[in-house]
Amino acid sequence: MSAAPTAVDARRSLVPETVLEVEGLFKHFPLPRGLVGALLGRPGRVVHAVDGVSFTLGRGEILALVGESGCGKTTTALSLMGLLPASAGSIRFNGQDVTHLSGRPDGAARATVAALDGAAYRREPSVFPSLTLKRLRRQIQMIFQDPYESLNPRATVYEAVAEPLEVHGLEPDSESRLARVCRALEDSGLKPAQAFLGRLPHELSGGQRQRVVIAGALVLEPSLIIADEPVSMLDVSIRADILNLLDDLRTRRGISILYITHDLGTAACFTDRIAVMYLGRIVEIGPTRRVLADPQHPYTRALLSVVPVPNPRLRRKRLILSGETPNPIDLPSGCRFRPRCPVAVDRCAIVDPGLTLVGEGHQAACVLVEGDRPAAT
Amino acid sequence: MEIDASPLLDVRHLSTHFVTDEGVFRAVEDLSFQLRRGEFLGLVGESGCGKTTAMLSVLRLLPAAGRIVAGEVRLEGEDILALEAAEMRRVRWRKMSIIFQGAMNALNPVRSVGDQIAEALVLHEMAPTYHQAGKRVAELLELVGIDAARADQYPHQYSGGMRQRAMIAMALACNPQIVIADEPTTALDVMIQAQILELLERLQGELGLAVILVTHDLSVVAEVCHNVLVMYGGVLAEYATVDAIYNEPLHPYTRLLLEAFPDLSRPDARLVSIPGQPPRLNALPAGCRFAPRCPMVIDRCRVEAPPVRQVRPGRWATCHRIDEEGV
Repeated sequence: MSAAPTAVDARRSLVPETVLEVEGLFKHFPLPRGLVGALLGRPGRVVHAVDGVSFTLGRGEILALVGESGCGKTTTALSLMGLLPASAGSIRFNGQDVTHLSGRPDGAARATVAALDGAAYRREPSVFPSLTLKRLRRQIQMIFQDPYESLNPRATVYEAVAEPLEVHGLEPDSESRLARVCRALEDSGLKPAQAFLGRLPHELSGGQRQRVVIAGALVLEPSLIIADEPVSMLDVSIRADILNLLDDLRTRRGISILYITHDLGTAACFTDRIAVMYLGRIVEIGPTRRVLADPQHPYTRALLSVVPVPNPRLRRKRLILSGETPNPIDLPSGCRFRPRCPVAVDRCAIVDPGLTLVGEGHQAACVLVEGDRPAAT
Repeated sequence: MEIDASPLLDVRHLSTHFVTDEGVFRAVEDLSFQLRRGEFLGLVGESGCGKTTAMLSVLRLLPAAGRIVAGEVRLEGEDILALEAAEMRRVRWRKMSIIFQGAMNALNPVRSVGDQIAEALVLHEMAPTYHQAGKRVAELLELVGIDAARADQYPHQYSGGMRQRAMIAMALACNPQIVIADEPTTALDVMIQAQILELLERLQGELGLAVILVTHDLSVVAEVCHNVLVMYGGVLAEYATVDAIYNEPLHPYTRLLLEAFPDLSRPDARLVSIPGQPPRLNALPAGCRFAPRCPMVIDRCRVEAPPVRQVRPGRWATCHRIDEEGV
């Protein structure tokens, strides 16, 4: 906390305000055709997990990516991390194209990395033996859903949080490494850090484990954190703590956060913008308050109507969609939400609507909102 | 919805302890509540507050270390804690059944779903053979909104929501009057959660079921329940109608739980968390179990455990700070 603001300020002046720019991202998984299919020369079938996703994320901004299981939220996140190679599209991080960074260093990657944090690279080039994806991952960290499974049961809190430093060859001096681990733990709300260093995961509560996981991400001082359902396994009384912590990280360290969830309720309370995903596409995106107050896409409306409201006097008619997200192999013609849409019209079977501007910074992909409005860029 | 006044299930002063090497865990202590025909009761609290143990005690399904040390459980006036094991087995499924937490993952992967429901019917003598159970299996599946033609499919061919529906169908196999649903929607998407809640509401209306919904999610309770029992550290914290719990909560714990909730109607409110953790049940504080985390604690709370008392007509709470005028 003490030294962080100056570091953030310094970086702020050097880089553009947009941290992440995703443009037309596709991730398709071809299915095995089988012997008969191959012999008959049938066309291979493909899972369209992510099918043309574009969005930007500003410095210190929190964007929620909301949708049901199987809509492509997590695949999007894994592509951003470079854990899954994108099929098409581009991912720009701090202005640099990082779509095709590989594990092996080459000239272009070297240049990318040098630009990412040039000063540090010139100061101690030996720190970056493999100047590629690995260097990118210092900047983008991920927090997973289940803190019971994402921690090694035999590693102490210190070992768990120090491991990323070791992997990236940072702070080789044990004293400074300890100091950095302690700072990450305290920033994650585990105070005093000394009391937790020697503990094993089974000695921690669920909320404390998730804080250790967050400390493990923070210790590398990333500029973007991807949090994939970080509270869905936690008790309600602890959820608030973790969400408030993420909010604080944004405020204090200027970290951008991509918050992935199926729950609009938790997304409502601390995010700046919401992107609603359905079958591999973003169907609505806009400022959180606008999306909640005036949802334009019928899918967003349905999702909102089923978020439980903690007040029995406000019980209202739920707009329950039958079935679940259809499989992303055989996509319906026209609008992909049509088969479950309560307000679908004939035109929906023909037109595959793109995102249309419906308000300031607010876009929706539905033929019913298109009207005479110009298509969004 | 009409609620019959005579209690179907009457739990009085139930205490359950676990005796282990690490001491005695007083998991449930002096718990009393009633459930009427057709009632939807929410049982709410954080992990480890004794919700599941209370329900397992009612069904007499406690693990070996668990002992019911006091109290009685009356089902239609009969004390079922006094029943022989064989008689108790007939009460389970036929009178009361339970949908366990994560049960949808407990389906046998190598047997068809219909077969597994038929097994329950045959074991509980609702059908003489698997073959003759077929018609009832089809009925049950249709009842929970699954096409009967899918009875021959295997669990992996079902989605998560359908597996949970199949578990509900199984729980209904022997026409019970009470269904206990332990976190039936945790780990499901919001849309599927809404589908399952709607199904439970519909079944409750159509079959006159009494349902106990065990959950840590107060907003789910607000959507469907008539009455709410809030547990903390193994004891009843507050019992009231759902409207009273949400609009006039009396116990400080209930209030904190409500504030910890994201409310779409107030997106700007910062969430309030409850500092600290639930007490360890083998090292309970001397006085009120909530005292170490309570924002309204007074000296008396730390030395004297508050009794369960009726603080309003039809409302019970365990707190020294609630008097006649309010808190």
